[in-house]
Amino acid sequence: MKLLIKNGRVIDPANKIDDSLDILIEGGKISKVGKSVDARAETVIDAAGKIVMPGIVDMHVHLREPGREDKETVFSGTMAAAKGGVTSVLCMPNTLPSLDSINIIKTLNDIIKKTANVDVFICGAITVGRAGKELINISGLKKEGIIAISDDGASVDSDELMLKALKEAKKEKILVICHSEDKALFGKGLVNRGFTSTRLGLRGIPKESEYKRIGRDIKLAEESGATAHIAHVSCAESVEIIRKAKKKLIRVTAETAPHYFSLSEEDLLDYNTNMKINPPLRTKDDILAIKQGLKDGTIDIIASDHAPHTENEKEIEFEYAEFGNIGLETELAVSITELIGPGVLTWPELIRKMSLDSAMALGIDKGTLGVNKDADITIVSPDKEWIVRKENLVSKSKNSAFIGRKLKGAVEYTIYKGKVIYKA
Amino acid sequence: MTKKKTAKWVHKDLLGLEYLSKEDIELLLDTAESFREILDRKIKKVPALRGKTVVNLFYEPSTRTRVSFEVAAKRLSADVINIAVESSSVKKGETLNDTGRNIEALKADILVVRHNCSGAATMLARNVNISVINAGDGWHEHPTQALLDMFTLRKKLGKLEGLNVSIVGDIAHSRVARSNIWGLTKFGAKVTVCAPKILIPPEIEKMGIKVTDNIDEALSEADAINVLRMQFERDDMKAFPTQLEYFKNFGITEDRLKKAKKNIIVMHPGPINRGVEISSQVADGANSVILEQVTNGIAVRMAVLFWVSQARDKDMKNEITH
Amino acid sequence: MPLKQVFTKEEIERAITRISHEIIENNKGVKGLAIVGIRTRGYVLAERIAKVISNLYGTKLDVGALDITFYRDDLSLVAEQPVIHNTEIDFDIENKNIVLVDDVLYTGRTIRCALDALIDFGRPRTIQLAVLVDRGHRELPIRADYVGKNLPTSQKELVQVKFQEIDNEDSVTIEETGDDKEKDSKMGS
Repeated sequence: MKLLIKNGRVIDPANKIDDSLDILIEGGKISKVGKSVDARAETVIDAAGKIVMPGIVDMHVHLREPGREDKETVFSGTMAAAKGGVTSVLCMPNTLPSLDSINIIKTLNDIIKKTANVDVFICGAITVGRAGKELINISGLKKEGIIAISDDGASVDSDELMLKALKEAKKEKILVICHSEDKALFGKGLVNRGFTSTRLGLRGIPKESEYKRIGRDIKLAEESGATAHIAHVSCAESVEIIRKAKKKLIRVTAETAPHYFSLSEEDLLDYNTNMKINPPLRTKDDILAIKQGLKDGTIDIIASDHAPHTENEKEIEFEYAEFGNIGLETELAVSITELIGPGVLTWPELIRKMSLDSAMALGIDKGTLGVNKDADITIVSPDKEWIVRKENLVSKSKNSAFIGRKLKGAVEYTIYKGKVIYKA
Repeated sequence: MTKKKTAKWVHKDLLGLEYLSKEDIELLLDTAESFREILDRKIKKVPALRGKTVVNLFYEPSTRTRVSFEVAAKRLSADVINIAVESSSVKKGETLNDTGRNIEALKADILVVRHNCSGAATMLARNVNISVINAGDGWHEHPTQALLDMFTLRKKLGKLEGLNVSIVGDIAHSRVARSNIWGLTKFGAKVTVCAPKILIPPEIEKMGIKVTDNIDEALSEADAINVLRMQFERDDMKAFPTQLEYFKNFGITEDRLKKAKKNIIVMHPGPINRGVEISSQVADGANSVILEQVTNGIAVRMAVLFWVSQARDKDMKNEITH
Repeated sequence: MPLKQVFTKEEIERAITRISHEIIENNKGVKGLAIVGIRTRGYVLAERIAKVISNLYGTKLDVGALDITFYRDDLSLVAEQPVIHNTEIDFDIENKNIVLVDDVLYTGRTIRCALDALIDFGRPRTIQLAVLVDRGHRELPIRADYVGKNLPTSQKELVQVKFQEIDNEDSVTIEETGDDKEKDSKMGS
């Protein structure tokens, strides 16, 4: 089986390529990248006027399986990924039960093998039951294939335990992903604390709950020598703390999600529960700071924090609704709309933050269009506009904060290991 | 005869004063004047909402507001059904939207909802076609209370423009405060809120008001004060000094009023806690309009019921003809 | 559209004077008499009638204003937003002879509302009806006791009464409208 992609603008930051080139795929691998590749292929895709990029590596995805298959499954979530141009995902451990034991990782691996439509990598928990009391068997779980650990949805409150986790992760060469949130400061908050929380009459979530904990996590990273990856950075203060840490050459990487540079707390004024997200949507100034952080490299990675919830959990009173919104199907278009259009990032910079940088942070051989690499490729119409419609979402849950929004940039093809798994 | 430009009323729902224009509010207050007159008649009833059904859906115990809406609806000849949380299927786990849709299926015309969650009325209004009136949602808004406060003020002082109004009490958790601020500032009234710092919500000054924790300062220029009910039983108040201490520092007493304008108007949304936020002497004194507020509340709620019903009828007419 | 004047200022004045005399005649004086005008122009007319009668008798008559908006049976049908005025009847109508006053009598629906509204204030001994113009086309069994002028019209025509107090002139005009929309969109008095 040969597949030839012709005449596209190929952008491959790993090999510093941004040129009109052809790509030949054989046996699921990229076999040739060059000008006017002359080969006989069963399938030829004319990508003229389109961008050909490495498949997105989304390092923050909640697939909900096992345990909450009513929200999402490995199958449905990876279908959504394919539609969004995502060919690798890292699934988060806040499942039921948590991804904290060898048995559960075995079970999940089995499900992935049988049902996944794209590559699914596993992030184990840091502590048993994500309860912050006792470390999981990191080396044991690593043997089963986990490539990162996180208590996502919760932060490990104990400095001592977190330090221990970082040290052990360093030894095992796996990434620690920090959900940096001080629950004591967070309280029962629902939206960003400030004028909007006052206006809506909702309990506020202070920014301190995020950035103070990021400060701690960075300090522990420094102490341990391990890398701390800061998940879902949402506010200006956090960006500044990370910027300073990077200047001091502390090993820290950071990720933000598309909703943090496209939506502000002011979008919440009609109590749309799909915009109830943790960390919360912040102010317009924070959006600017996040964009600046992306531009100057403080924030390395864009990941969706795809967080599916059923209608019963979302179409209810704001206070009772779950936090989170789905993002696999919209992350690329939102990023193009918000970052390429206004000139925050160049195409190679954006693509790097959505593929190569996350792959590197996770230590996986993805996010590149190099010869002999997995042929995970996304082809995008950069100027095509579309409106997010609930009925067109393929994720099992429909809780997108972007429903009704007009976005620019549409995925035309998603190719995974040489096979077209999505075609617009 | 003066001709005033009246607003074109288009609101099927009344969710909060934030979303209304000054002209909208003026229309409601003017209409309430007409209804206020009806309340003094021997036969206190007009047929304006004959054949309509008003459902009071109350998730919080509130005899006062519920009864006021009930009386208002009955004075307009509507049929009234009261659903309290204890007696309904709400306790069995039905969602708010489902309850709303069921009430709609019963062919009710207007749903008056009181809920402990901010935004509950807004959500309901998105999910049903019948009119939704917010009778208080969490800490968000209580538009009819603010309208009746404004109506009372306007009746007493002739206008709202330029008035100094101080709101005293638990501002952070008060929907009454928020609705009053939105409404009064639209008329160019100068609003001051006064509370201990921990009961001032963040950045509230952005609503175009003054903030102080000095009660004498709040009283010195005020043409009127609105004294909020203090709820010491709530969880958030545990960090708070005692009731006695609050009364000492913020309670509205005759001594404090002596330093205020002689004809200062004292309002309270009720029910009052004597000796907690207001002394009995003040509550029953010459400056108090607390009971007038109760009567005016009926007139204001009649006006709201009348106009949302008008807008709803227009909607239905459009649906049929198009 | 052609506009035809059917009543001049002087004719209006004469009609008011005549109606006032007929009211006194019919009620054998002013004892127990009160006048209630329907907002807005009926009330202006009521005040004028009351003034004529007061001048004749040297006593002040009770005059009330009635707004019938909340009694209308077509609130959900009308296209334009109703304008609400205050009702002001600050005297007891119990056992009084009430002369209800409006500018134009047409379908009779306004008068039906006004009767309902009035009776909510108490039980008058009689209610009589005075109008400046009766243009016919009744839809309810209602007739006027005192009429300034009977004006045969077609339903396509619009009868407009103007009073100095509101419109800066006294006149009654007929206008051809081309359709009989008027009756649908307005209660037509």
